[in-house]
Order: sequence, then C-alpha cells, then structure tokens
Amino acid sequence: MLASKVWESGALLDFLKTPIQSLQDFVILGGRTFANLFRRPHYADDIAIQMDIIGVGSLPIVLLTGFFSGAVMGLQMSRALSTYGATGQVGNIVSITLVRELGPVLTALLVAGRNASGMASELGSMKVTEQIDAMRALGTDPVQKLVKPRLIATCFVLPLLTIIADFVGMFGGWVIAATILQLASTQYWSSAWRALSYSDIAQGLLKPFAFAIIISLVGCFYGMRTTGGTQGVGRSTTQAVVVASVWIFVTTFFITRIFVSI
Amino acid sequence: MPDQPIVQFDNVSVQFDSLVALRDCSFTMRAGETRVILGAAGAGKTVLLKTTLGLYRPSAGRLLVFGEDVTRLPEKEWYDIRSKMGVLFQEGGLFDSLTIEENVSYPLINQRVARLDPHRDAAVIEERVRESLRFVELEHTLGKFPSELSGGMRRRVGIARAVVTSPPLELYDSPTAGLDPITANNIVSLIVKERDSRNTATMMVTHRYQDGQLMANFRYNPGKGRLEKASENGSGAPPIRTVFMVLNDGRVVFEGSQAELESSQDSYLKKFVRQE
Ligand SMILES: Nc1ncnc2c1ncn2[C@@H]1O[C@H](COP(=O)(O)OP(=O)(O)OP(=O)(O)O)[C@@H](O)[C@H]1O
Ligand SMILES: [Mg+2]
Repeated sequence: MLASKVWESGALLDFLKTPIQSLQDFVILGGRTFANLFRRPHYADDIAIQMDIIGVGSLPIVLLTGFFSGAVMGLQMSRALSTYGATGQVGNIVSITLVRELGPVLTALLVAGRNASGMASELGSMKVTEQIDAMRALGTDPVQKLVKPRLIATCFVLPLLTIIADFVGMFGGWVIAATILQLASTQYWSSAWRALSYSDIAQGLLKPFAFAIIISLVGCFYGMRTTGGTQGVGRSTTQAVVVASVWIFVTTFFITRIFVSI
Repeated sequence: MPDQPIVQFDNVSVQFDSLVALRDCSFTMRAGETRVILGAAGAGKTVLLKTTLGLYRPSAGRLLVFGEDVTRLPEKEWYDIRSKMGVLFQEGGLFDSLTIEENVSYPLINQRVARLDPHRDAAVIEERVRESLRFVELEHTLGKFPSELSGGMRRRVGIARAVVTSPPLELYDSPTAGLDPITANNIVSLIVKERDSRNTATMMVTHRYQDGQLMANFRYNPGKGRLEKASENGSGAPPIRTVFMVLNDGRVVFEGSQAELESSQDSYLKKFVRQE
C-alpha cells in the first residue's frame, strides 16, 4: 500500500531520475570528447601543461605510496608464507599483486584525489565565473579546449605513473626481503619476474588506461555542471573524487573478472 | 540597413528541468536599436541574453538572429553567429589564467570571422588589442592578470574584449552592478561611446534605471570626447531609438519608450522607474 503510494506520487521515479539524468549527461560528455578526439584544434600546449600537472605533480606521492605498499605487502606476506615455509615466494606474490591490482588502483586513487578534484575545482570556478560561457561565446568549444587535453594527458600519464609505482613497489618488497627475511636478491627478483605473465602485464596496463578515462571525464563532468557559486565548487570537487574512486573499484572488478575468465 | 530585425523572439520559452526561466517571450530588436532590460533578480534577464547568444536553447518558440532561424541550430554553426556579437558577462567571464592582452585578443584569434593567426598576424592583433584597451583607458594593463585589477577595471577589460572585433550587436549583462556611482557612469559612458561611434545595436541588462536614462538621452560627441544630451547637439543627428523592456518572473511585462515606462501605473514597473 505504502509502496503503491510512493509509486503513484512519482517519488520513486524522481529519486531515480537524477542519477539516470546525470549518467546520461556524463555519457553525452564522454561521447562528445571521444568524437572530437582526432578533430582539430588540438591545443598541444594545454595537453603539455596537464601532463606536467598530473605526471610531474603526482610523482612524489606515487613514489612514496608505491614504495610503502610494496614494503608492507612484503611484511604481511612473509608472515603468511612462513607458516608454509615458503618465504622464498615473497617476490612472486608482491609482483603479481602490484602489477595486477595494487599498482593501478592505488595510483589511480592518488591521481583521483589530486587531479579529479583539481579538474573539478578548476572547471567549476570557470563555470561559476562564466568563463566557460565566455569560451563558447568567443569561439572555442570547452570540450575541445578543456576536456580533451585533460583526457589525453591523463591517458598518457597514468599508465606511466602506474609502471613507476609497480617498480618502486617491487623495490620496497625487495628491501623487506633482503633486510628482514634475509633473502638473496637474485631469488627475490627472479621469482618476481617469473611470476608475471603477459596477461598480467596487459591487465596492469589496461586498468590505468581505463582509470584515466574515468578520472579525467568525471573530474571535468562535475566541474562543468557546477552551479551555486563558490560553495558549488566545493561540492563538485568532493563529488568528483568520491564518484571517480567508486568507479575505479567497480571497473577494476569487471576488468579482473574478464581476465580471470580468459 | 536600419530597421532590419537582428534579434527576434517568437514566444520563446527556456526551461531548466522543472524551472521555467523564460515564458513565452516575444520581441523584435532592430539594427541600430538600444534595448535596456530591467527586472528583479531572478527575472530571467541573464537567461534572455544567453539565449540570444545560443548558450541556452529555447524549449519552445522560435528564435531568429540576424535574420536566420537559429531555434534548432547545432552548436557548431552557432560559432559563426556568435562572432557577430560582443558580450560582457555579469560575472565578468575574463579568463583568469590569461593576461589582459591574451584575454582581449582571444576573440580575434578564436572567432571564425576574424581568425587571425597568433604568429602570422601578431602585429595586427597587437594593434587592435591596444586600440581596444585604449578605448577603455587601460592600455597600461596589457601584461597584468585579471586578479590584479579592481572590479571596475575588470569590467572595462570585459568591454574591451567585447568590442575588439567590432561586432554589429553588443550584449552587456549588468555592467554597472556592484560599482560606485562614478565608476558606473564611466562604464555606461563607454557603452554609449561604443554605440555611437559605430552605431552598434546594444542590449543592456541593468539594475539601475539611471543607466537606461543615460543610454536613452545621451550621445557621445567625438569632437568634445564626452557625452552630451542628445537634444543639445541638434545637428540633425538621428534620435536614439531606445526601447525599455521589463521582465518579471520570466515574462516580458513591458516593452516601450522611456515616456511610456515612466507614465505607467503598474506597481511592479513603478519600482524600477523611481530613483532619480
Ligand atoms: N543554468 C541554469 N540552470 C538552472 N537554472 C538556472 C540557470 N540559469 C538561470 N537559472 C534560473 O533561471 C532564473 C532566472 O535567472 P537569471 O540568471 O536570468 O536571473 P537574472 O534576471 O539575471 O537575475 P540577476 O539580476 O540576479 O542577475 C533563476 O530562477 C535562476 O535560478
Ligand atoms: Mg543576471
């Protein structure tokens, strides 16, 4: 009875309308960006600036978190492996988890925190001060000028950052293996290398690519739909980070699911 | 060609989700005309201006700009039409990552009509940017960023950017909002100067009735370099065709001359007229 009342009043539909409408708008923005991907003008300067902001800017935190995530995994795994007397396998486990999952996801989460928020707040303040309207009025397409460079830069830089994080993480694992577990370096590195198959590397590079699309488009999307002045900019920024992070986890699940089944 | 309609709204409505920002608006603006738009906050003045620019799409009705039906025009084709309009946004809309010089040259480089090449035509661009900034008396700010200027100066840079391409139609959104009376009068003088030096059709949204009075009754005298009462220069200059338009809650509630507006007995209209 209650349910039918809720249904009749349209409350349930209204509740669904906003997220569905947002998703539709998001898909439209993504579609327009990809449709313009190879269309001139390309604004190479803006791509370079974004690469610098995202790549160089995120490097220190990527190095730090990469190192410590590898090290902490080495520690955790050594305890678990020692119960089977298999501490020699630590390189194996560290490299597989890093390359397949932890490297891409951690890097993407860091970049989402730094750059999805940065894009949302930058584009958001441009929106509320009518700079985006001014762009359209003065002859430039904001999708071409703002969204495309951010998408291209992120897609290029995030896989590189991930590779760096993977290596630094393995290095962190090695520090633990060599110091605490007293493992020979050659044993660690050879088991780390041998563990990796082509499919691991493919999945480890496909993921950051997909995450880059999510981070840049979500950041730009929430920025460009900002309303309500400076307060609205704060709201968009938070939403961008939360939504991008959730989608990173959802996406990694589905990509992993595909790779597990083939 | 005077009298040629350049902006025509036929029962245009603009809707955002459930909110109707413009309802059934109809009016025709002709070349060489000055149109002063008044209305309370949230009445839809900005939406009307942005609809004219093609930034918002009509949800109903028909919109003609420069004689062309643009109601369903795809965004790509709008760029050509927008290059025939200059605009000053309410929030300024200056790019704060660019210098004043880059801001003012932006339409010259990016708009389809001008499409000057920043390298090949550097000299032409610089000359026109300087000329435009000289017009608003801010030539010395070329290398500064918008954040380094005062509110009134930013407004003037916005005007310089709006006039740099010499478009036949100028749109000004609340150019005097938040300024002291002296600066506000200077800004309106610039707008009148631009209108009278090139006979530009001008649509101005304002909160101050004095702005409308200045627009309607004063002309720029290039000889003396200042404004004077239109009747005083008597030398057969054509009368200023000024139309006042008042919006209330998305509707056009008044369209007519200053005299008609001032003699109106409507309580909403009266609120805008008083305040000498
Ligand atoms: N992009 C938008 N999305 C949703 N609603 C909007 C949008 N732009 C304007 N509105 C709404 O449309 C109505 C008219 O707004 P508009 O900005 O035109 O007012 P205005 O007459 O310019 O007011 P002010 O004098 O304060 O500038 C308001 O209720 C506003 O909330
Ligand atoms: Mg407004």
